[in-house]
Amino acid sequence: MLTFLNTLGEWFLSVLNRLGHVFLFLLRSLYTAVRPPFKFRIFLRQVRFFGNKSLLVVLMTGAFTGMVLALQIYYTLRKFGSEALLGPAVALTIIRELGPVLSALMVTGRAGSALTAEIGIMKISEQIDALESMALNPLRYLIVPNIVAAVLVFPLLTAIFDLVGIYSGYLVGVQLLGLSPGTYFSQMDTIVDMQDVNIGLYKSLSFGVIVSWISCYKGYHAGYGAEGVSRATTSAVVTSSVLILVWDYFLGSILL
Amino acid sequence: MIEIRGLKKSFKDQVVLDGLDLEIGSGEVVAIIGKSGGGKSVLLKHLIGLLKPDAGTILINGVDITSVDVHELRKVRQQFGVVFQGSALFDSLTVFGNVAFPLRERKKLPKEAIRENVLEALEDVGLRGMGNKYPAEISGGMKKRVALARALIAEPSIVLFDEPTTGLDPLILNSIHRLITHTHRKYRFTGIIISHEIPEIFDVADKVAMLYNGAIIQYGTPEEIKNTENPFVRQFITGSSEGPIETL
Ligand SMILES: Nc1ncnc2c1ncn2[C@@H]1O[C@H](COP(=O)(O)OP(=O)(O)OP(=O)(O)O)[C@@H](O)[C@H]1O
Ligand SMILES: [Mg+2]
Repeated sequence: MLTFLNTLGEWFLSVLNRLGHVFLFLLRSLYTAVRPPFKFRIFLRQVRFFGNKSLLVVLMTGAFTGMVLALQIYYTLRKFGSEALLGPAVALTIIRELGPVLSALMVTGRAGSALTAEIGIMKISEQIDALESMALNPLRYLIVPNIVAAVLVFPLLTAIFDLVGIYSGYLVGVQLLGLSPGTYFSQMDTIVDMQDVNIGLYKSLSFGVIVSWISCYKGYHAGYGAEGVSRATTSAVVTSSVLILVWDYFLGSILL
Repeated sequence: MIEIRGLKKSFKDQVVLDGLDLEIGSGEVVAIIGKSGGGKSVLLKHLIGLLKPDAGTILINGVDITSVDVHELRKVRQQFGVVFQGSALFDSLTVFGNVAFPLRERKKLPKEAIRENVLEALEDVGLRGMGNKYPAEISGGMKKRVALARALIAEPSIVLFDEPTTGLDPLILNSIHRLITHTHRKYRFTGIIISHEIPEIFDVADKVAMLYNGAIIQYGTPEEIKNTENPFVRQFITGSSEGPIETL
């Protein structure tokens, strides 16, 4: 019994220790981020990196999510004879929930994993050591630009997802299901308010921090060899995705 | 002046450095020789604070880098230039960008001056016209030479070379050695060269240290090393399979 408690205690301490390590990494990066010199060019390159890698997949998932949502919600609403609410129902679901979450998950799969692999390779090929040996702070060159870029790009990609999703919902509702074109948007106008848009924005901003933070952390602490990098990449995607969903629920319940 | 005292380092239960002492005077060029996997690169990484020892001290011009905070450490590192064993070129930058990097980030020279310096450095390592290539597009030997140019460009006062010539053909090997000697004459840096090039390295180094079983077992001039009585050193420099060192 005592040894069991001992083991449990040790396990708990090691988890705490690791968590502390992960948070410290973020704090150090944020501290570095607010102190000059700022690496503006690297930041721009990373904005392009995130955008380029993820735009297409965000467009596609946005379109199909909107279409599926319109079909499913229409089916439900028809049971109550309130098809006119299709527009706002699709819009609210996308703006508050699916837009931020799905685009964050897509960016994680596309850009987050690539980021982890890239930083992991820099780690194992001693490029991070080389930066250190030049008396430079690797966080400033490799981590900060990514976090700042993600905080900018995530809301933008989410906005694109939202627009595409809502418009595809419109196409399905009006062209396919025969809803009148006016109702879809006019109802949306009255029911969706700024608070909903803000919730989506807060979510996507925080997802940006989560994904870039976890992806960078995993790459920066990758183990040795190709295997170390591939393990880091998998773990970055899994951890980011789980955190996105957990944090989404948490934010959703306090911002309701 | 570099003074290493009682340096110990283990990874898990593998002892790599076991109470290593070594003293290197300013402006000296010291070669470190020893078995592959013997801990030479590990020693070098301790010298710029990339690894923390389990015990022991490393004084760089009087500053113990094993106990200073990161800001102090960066100040000390500004004097260094390092050639890593795997070159460690930044693969998002071109050859030109790599060599220019220390000047751009640390010296803040005007653009034109940087350009001139970099082109000259590339010329020195025989890579004229290669500036626009990316590290993935050049051979291993060329990478080594880019790394060498990058390490020397900011005129560091201490330069660490981790096998700067491994994988190069004999002609380039000799010209790299000449380049090291030549730049050393010009700038008088303190140099530490890890090398397997025996006997060529004896012409470059003022002193040679042999690392064996985690400690320096002989430290002396190339002449002393060549005429050594120590059976371990003797066997190592002659590459003989007969002797106290276990071979495969
Ligand atoms: N980060 C590390 N984690 C665990 N073990 C390590 C690490 N770095 C080095 N080692 C181990 O330390 C030992 C010494 O390695 P080191 O790279 O210093 O050898 P070396 O003398 O430079 O060899 P070579 O001449 O082949 O380059 C090796 O057995 C290696 O496995
Ligand atoms: Mg080595």
